[in-house]
Amino acid sequence: MEDLKELEANVLQSINNAADLRALDEVRVSVLGKKGSLTEKMKSLGTLPQEEKIAAGKALNILKNTIETAIDSKKHELETAELNKKLAGERIDVTLPIRPETQGRIHPVSKIYEEVVAIFGQMGFEVAEGPDVEDQFHNFNALNMPANHPARQMQDTFYIANPDSADFDDSFVVRTHTSGIQIRTMEAKKPPIRIIAPGRTYRSDFDATHTPMFHQVEGLVIDKTTTMAHLKGCLYDFVKAFFEIDDIKVRYRPSYFPFTEPSAEMDIGCRKGKEELKIGEGDDWLEILGCGMVHPNVLRAGGIDPDEYQGFAFGMGIDRLAMLKYGIPDLRTFFESDLRWLKHYGFVPLDTSSMTGGLSNNGGLAR
Amino acid sequence: MKFTLSWLKEHLDTTATVDEIAERLTSIGLEVEEVFNPAAALKGFITAKVEKCEMHPDSDHLHLLSVNNGKEVLQVVCGAPNVKLGTIGIFAPVGVIIPCYNEKLTVGKIRGVESFGMLCSEKELCIGEDHNGIIELPADTPISIPAAEVLNIDPVIEISITPNRAECLGVRGVARDLAASGLGTLKPLEIKKTNASFKCPINIRVEAPEACPVYTGRYIKGVNNHAETPKWMKARLSAIGLRPISPLVDVTNYLNYDLARPLHVFDADKLKGDLVIRMAKEGEPFTSLEEKEYKLDSKSLGICDDEGVQCLGGVMGGLAKGCSADTTNVLLESAAFKPECIARTGRHFQIDSDSRYRYERWVDPNSNVMGSDYATSLILDICGGEASEIVICGEENYCAQPVTLRYERVKTLAGIDVSKEEIIRILTALGFKLTDHGNSVEAICPTWRGDIEFEADLVEEIVRMVGLDNIPATSMPSDEFPKQTLSAKQQRVVVTKHELASRGMYETVTWSFTDSKLCQPFRKGKNPVKLMNPIVAELDEMRPSILPNLLLAAHNNIARGDNNMALFEVGPEFYGCRPTEQGTVAAGIRCGMTSKKHWLKDERAYDVFDAKADAIAAIAAANGPWDSAQITTDAPEYYHPGRSGTLRLGKNVIAYFGEIHPMVLKAYDIKGRVVAFEVFLDNIPLPRINANKSKKKLELYSLQAVDKDLAFVVNKDVAAANILAAAKNADREYISEVRIFDVFEGGNLPENKKSIALSVTFQPKEKSFTDQELDGLMKKVILEVGKKTDAVLRQ
Repeated sequence: MEDLKELEANVLQSINNAADLRALDEVRVSVLGKKGSLTEKMKSLGTLPQEEKIAAGKALNILKNTIETAIDSKKHELETAELNKKLAGERIDVTLPIRPETQGRIHPVSKIYEEVVAIFGQMGFEVAEGPDVEDQFHNFNALNMPANHPARQMQDTFYIANPDSADFDDSFVVRTHTSGIQIRTMEAKKPPIRIIAPGRTYRSDFDATHTPMFHQVEGLVIDKTTTMAHLKGCLYDFVKAFFEIDDIKVRYRPSYFPFTEPSAEMDIGCRKGKEELKIGEGDDWLEILGCGMVHPNVLRAGGIDPDEYQGFAFGMGIDRLAMLKYGIPDLRTFFESDLRWLKHYGFVPLDTSSMTGGLSNNGGLAR
Repeated sequence: MKFTLSWLKEHLDTTATVDEIAERLTSIGLEVEEVFNPAAALKGFITAKVEKCEMHPDSDHLHLLSVNNGKEVLQVVCGAPNVKLGTIGIFAPVGVIIPCYNEKLTVGKIRGVESFGMLCSEKELCIGEDHNGIIELPADTPISIPAAEVLNIDPVIEISITPNRAECLGVRGVARDLAASGLGTLKPLEIKKTNASFKCPINIRVEAPEACPVYTGRYIKGVNNHAETPKWMKARLSAIGLRPISPLVDVTNYLNYDLARPLHVFDADKLKGDLVIRMAKEGEPFTSLEEKEYKLDSKSLGICDDEGVQCLGGVMGGLAKGCSADTTNVLLESAAFKPECIARTGRHFQIDSDSRYRYERWVDPNSNVMGSDYATSLILDICGGEASEIVICGEENYCAQPVTLRYERVKTLAGIDVSKEEIIRILTALGFKLTDHGNSVEAICPTWRGDIEFEADLVEEIVRMVGLDNIPATSMPSDEFPKQTLSAKQQRVVVTKHELASRGMYETVTWSFTDSKLCQPFRKGKNPVKLMNPIVAELDEMRPSILPNLLLAAHNNIARGDNNMALFEVGPEFYGCRPTEQGTVAAGIRCGMTSKKHWLKDERAYDVFDAKADAIAAIAAANGPWDSAQITTDAPEYYHPGRSGTLRLGKNVIAYFGEIHPMVLKAYDIKGRVVAFEVFLDNIPLPRINANKSKKKLELYSLQAVDKDLAFVVNKDVAAANILAAAKNADREYISEVRIFDVFEGGNLPENKKSIALSVTFQPKEKSFTDQELDGLMKKVILEVGKKTDAVLRQ
């Protein structure tokens, strides 16, 4: 038994001294291998008398367990050390920047389109569309603007020759407003009608505040009972929702449009500072849209009996709404495709607009 | 339209302030653009009296004053020659801003003597031109009262007039509107009738009554056009920006703005023969008083003598027979011209004038004699002379058709309750002649207005006067559950934009126009859609493709130093002149590198597969069956012939993608490669309405799939897609996916060959494959690919 004690002490010492996994394995083989010292002792048990055999076997088994446990423990210790050493060698500078990613952008015009659609959708409007190149009937005549109407000169119109007619009066126009869609809608469906018609519009005007192309959204409601009170309610609800200001100030001024009677313009309260414009406070007024009750001649042109039906129409600038809500200073920059502008004023791809999920700023921060 | 407050008060009896008037004008539809009120700048200026006036000890022209402003007596140094003891003037205390200099007044030290304020001239206060001395107020003027109360200040109001309100192009019309709104009373218009002392010596004949229903002429002899226009008239004309010229011109200008009554004055001595109002002859020459020459046509109305057209009726006078300073005998024209004729002539010859502006909107057709009388009395007063009898061709008998207003219509159309009494009061004040029929009223529009045709027009008159702000605001009733706002076709445009943006592209919006000189290759054989009147030469065609504008954008960004970009636009392109000959296209370009230099060094140049990926993503976003689209290599000529493709569904092209042809890039001055795609959204079928929304059943197999690699050698011109398709179709049941993992040319391969390596996934279903089964499946692939493409397995 004395030599078992000595063996144990020696083996444990060697295990403890093992510098790495290979040295440890050598110890294991030397003790527990086929020819290992302990294995040899196990083998020699058979030579012992029966009464000693049991006690000696037990002692050997205990020793074997002790050694195995010590090896496992040492093995774990060495493995950990080895891994730590490996990990220490793998250190990288995580303060280095990430791989370049480009987060795309949605143009402000598309963003406002989505916001406007979301708000009017809530009020039961559908979106109608029409062609950019229009005939004069839909762009002018049907809207109570016959050829000599002075209002036709308020709009600098782009013309396109009609391949089927040399007569100037038959030439086509690049639509000066999306109002022609009113007529197309009336031609296509029966009242009640609630539509908005967003789209590109064109006028021959190019200076600090005008571009030859811009965007408008037209609205049309036709039924038997809609009055100017609804017009005011609808537009007030719109500007309140759009500018996300609960107590926005508005006023209406009588105005003139050939296609509405009575006609009005709507202003919103604001403060005009030197650098910026603050919507919803202050004593200044800012014109935001034109509107009115649909002119009987327009209803007639759309095939609707003005003695039975009535309604309202309105029109406003989408680009202008974008400038006002998001503080974009210059209309011309909308159409310049300047990457720096698109990145700055554009909206992140997940920024979608709804009355349930939020109208704006809900796509996370720009990267 | 501009006028001064005193001018307005000539027609309107009111105590309202200029601010109250401005606010009311806007609320009744005469929108105020600007009020220029010099009084606004005079806050702090007060009356004060000179109580001591001595010479400055160190000057021979400066005075040293003691000025009493009512609160204190201050020492003031004054240089005005007219200052004297007892003068009451306008005192500017230290701290106010002197309007003329726009500078704050400080304590001054003039030749060693301190000055605590100053006495002002008219010019310094911006209320007049006089700068010869300080303002001297009447001796009984109290001191210490605000300057604005004692000075004769006449604010100028500028309003914008909508085309329907022609009568408000005269001050009297504005006054009438204000009176009807309750802001004062309209004063009666008193016009002196002149005693005619002789018969008009010129015969006048109207041969075009359809364009000129009434023409009046009056001969005035012996006028002195060198006389001075009265100060009040000059002041009013100057205030609204019209330079006084001579009494004859000033009187006609004044009536244009006072009563919206255009007039014309001929030098009668220059007229030859009878005055005939007729349509011009085709090509008949006319030289306007602006010295421009025109060739008239038969739709233009001429006021003519024996020597031709001397005035383009209602539009502009002629050079030859106009008045000069030395004119002594004149013929005064006051006439009614048809708006359509004036509008057409003005537009056709592009002549703008105050006269045209009024006639094409509306000029009271019954105001010709009145206008002539008024102008005659003014001319005789100013220039002297003798007036003839008036010659009147035609009859002043215009009467508007009556319009009926049901009283309840104000409520049912405008949504506001207005009493019958108030309706009658308003319409009467606006000049309507009314006949009450109990529930409705018949209204005859006054002759000075041409814009009242329908019941709705009368409702507008009522709401204008009652105030739109008094109409209640009622939210839209929602008795029906709303439908989806966007149609499937509209919705997919939105989704496509977000998909492309999520792929790192910037959305842009470019003109629907483009440059015809640069877009020729993009027309795809169609005729150009040219504008007849482009705003600039570079925007003269409706774009046949979005790409030209994106290439211009690329050029501009590169010029700014941004070489790497990914831009897209979703919008219209035009393939014909007629309405609806347009389509909606999602198009994009990428150029440069995926990023700038970076420490991981994985930036790379954009290539055709980026454009192809964009196209496929856009198609998928638009619900297009991208996976079943066929790819061919016949993209249009503006693409690189060897690096571009077409995606088709049946016959329909749903997309092009590829590198842009270098020749095209050269035209756009772009160096380096640009890849692009165009997805034609209209060619992607829309989902069926009420299509079943349930997804296909998911088949999951518990057995692991097996991947096997096979490399083929094939002719270079064989499309990879064909090899992929052949492999996929080799066994429809067990082959679940085929990928290309290597493409190789050169090495020990023959010149015209390439190697394509496929990785094929076999999916066992009920039981695992045996070796033989797997072998069999691979043989099927080899056989099928070989059959379809002549490919052989690479050894």
